[in-house]
Amino acid sequence: MSINQNIIEKIVKIFLWIFTIITIFILFYIVGFILKNGIGGLSKEFFMEFPKSMGREGGIFPIIIGTILLTLAAVFIAGPLGIGTAVYLTEYTRENRITQMIRFGADCLAGIPSIVFGLFGFVLFVIKLKMGWSIISGGLTLSIMILPTIIRTSEEAIKAVPKPLREVSYSLGGTKWQTIVFIVIPQALPGILTGIILSIGRCVGETAAVIFTAGSSLRLPNSLFDSVRTMSVHFYILSREGISLKNAYATASVLIISIGMINFLSYWIMHRFIRRIEGK
Amino acid sequence: MNREKLIEKTFFLIACSALFLLALITVFIFKEGIGIFLKIGFAKFIFSPDWAPSQKQFGLFSMIMGSVWITIGALIIGVPLSLSVSIFLAEFCPKKIARILKPAIELLAGIPSVVYGFIGVVILAPLIREYLGGPGLSVLAGSMVLAIMILPTVISISLDALHAVPKSYLEGSLALGATRWQSVYMVIIPAARSGIIASVILGMGRAVGETMAVIMVSGNAVRIPHSILEPVRTLTSNIALELGYATGMHREALFGTGMVLFVIIMILNTAAYVFTKRKVRK
Repeated sequence: MSINQNIIEKIVKIFLWIFTIITIFILFYIVGFILKNGIGGLSKEFFMEFPKSMGREGGIFPIIIGTILLTLAAVFIAGPLGIGTAVYLTEYTRENRITQMIRFGADCLAGIPSIVFGLFGFVLFVIKLKMGWSIISGGLTLSIMILPTIIRTSEEAIKAVPKPLREVSYSLGGTKWQTIVFIVIPQALPGILTGIILSIGRCVGETAAVIFTAGSSLRLPNSLFDSVRTMSVHFYILSREGISLKNAYATASVLIISIGMINFLSYWIMHRFIRRIEGK
Repeated sequence: MNREKLIEKTFFLIACSALFLLALITVFIFKEGIGIFLKIGFAKFIFSPDWAPSQKQFGLFSMIMGSVWITIGALIIGVPLSLSVSIFLAEFCPKKIARILKPAIELLAGIPSVVYGFIGVVILAPLIREYLGGPGLSVLAGSMVLAIMILPTVISISLDALHAVPKSYLEGSLALGATRWQSVYMVIIPAARSGIIASVILGMGRAVGETMAVIMVSGNAVRIPHSILEPVRTLTSNIALELGYATGMHREALFGTGMVLFVIIMILNTAAYVFTKRKVRK
């Protein structure tokens, strides 16, 4: 090994370090910048009060509720579909043309830009099916968007359940359905939850698909057919229309903190799940 | 058993939901958007740079060029950065540090796009205006923000590709007296090539499809840019900016925009799919 090569090796290493540090720095800078400017605006009132004069003053109480309801709607629709798909792909078939097509379909859905979902949801749900800007229109649109994530993660989780557990169930006379409901799904639950929590994070952070389907009402919804405004949409409107920078920063802080907690939670559950499966 | 058959059928139907929804969206977008192609003509809709809905002028060329410029910019900045990070994490980084860095980078993926856009507006755009000139909200600002946004996608997929290369390749190369970098450069990267290409293509798909951040930082002027300091409008922004009030032919034109976007994304997805497939076969 010539000295020349050693120098190249060192230079490459230094460059890789620098690039990595830049990346990490950007991450911390963005999060730090938002929190530094926004955390001062957080108070009990900010969480519990209604917004006044378009959000210039007051809190974000109905916006938090709206975000939660919309996310729940999306998860309740996409959860069963996604988990069901994963069960079919892993328990009922071998690799064949159909499973390949289903996977390809899910991958394609995952690649569709959120504004296309917005366009689709706006014209189909809001206008043609006359559901208006509402939790239900937004929930349906978001559920299509998060479906691929739930399918993928549930599939991985179900695949990770050890074969012998299924065999024991069959040998005790359990049917396929019983095995799935009482053995496979409970065993895979942490992994499935990870996918659902990740999807919640996506719903909370989404703007383009939500603003055209769930609208931007600042009132507390009375039914599924009422419009809501999510935190991302609120932040977008506050900052874009220059309504209140202070409240925009505070909203963004709540947004970033909640998404951080959501991601951390899913990461933690996943880790415990992996350790349990591998520990067997 | 009859009951079991019924359950299997039900699961099969559920499993088809993703395909069904994909088909529904595709058919719906195409059905609503095809009208504008017929009325205006395919060539004119795609290649005319004039977009003035109030005068019934619908040409997408400026927006197509806007998307192309911003995406290429994002790739030029983002790809070297992300590939360096994934090579570093896979081959040079101490295990302990990698275990902290990976989730940190995944966190980057969780930050909402409106927050990226906002950072672009309050930090990047003023810097560009001050030091490079122009209005600040520009191709460059858009590309830089998108470059950061595609980092997690490109890093995580290319990292998987690098990890998938068998350890024996590296060991063999090191045993022949190659340095670590020589081994990575001449053995591992070529072996992981298709996965790395797939990661770049998927990153590109994300850049083309991103909406809110781009609306906020790239200025949205309908014209073909001549420098990276000029404002542009992308295909995605075009839909989001005008969807709220568009009716009739104007809405059809937005669906036409969606169609073009859809086709671009599908081509990219299929390409990425082909490359990841190849990796598996290897």
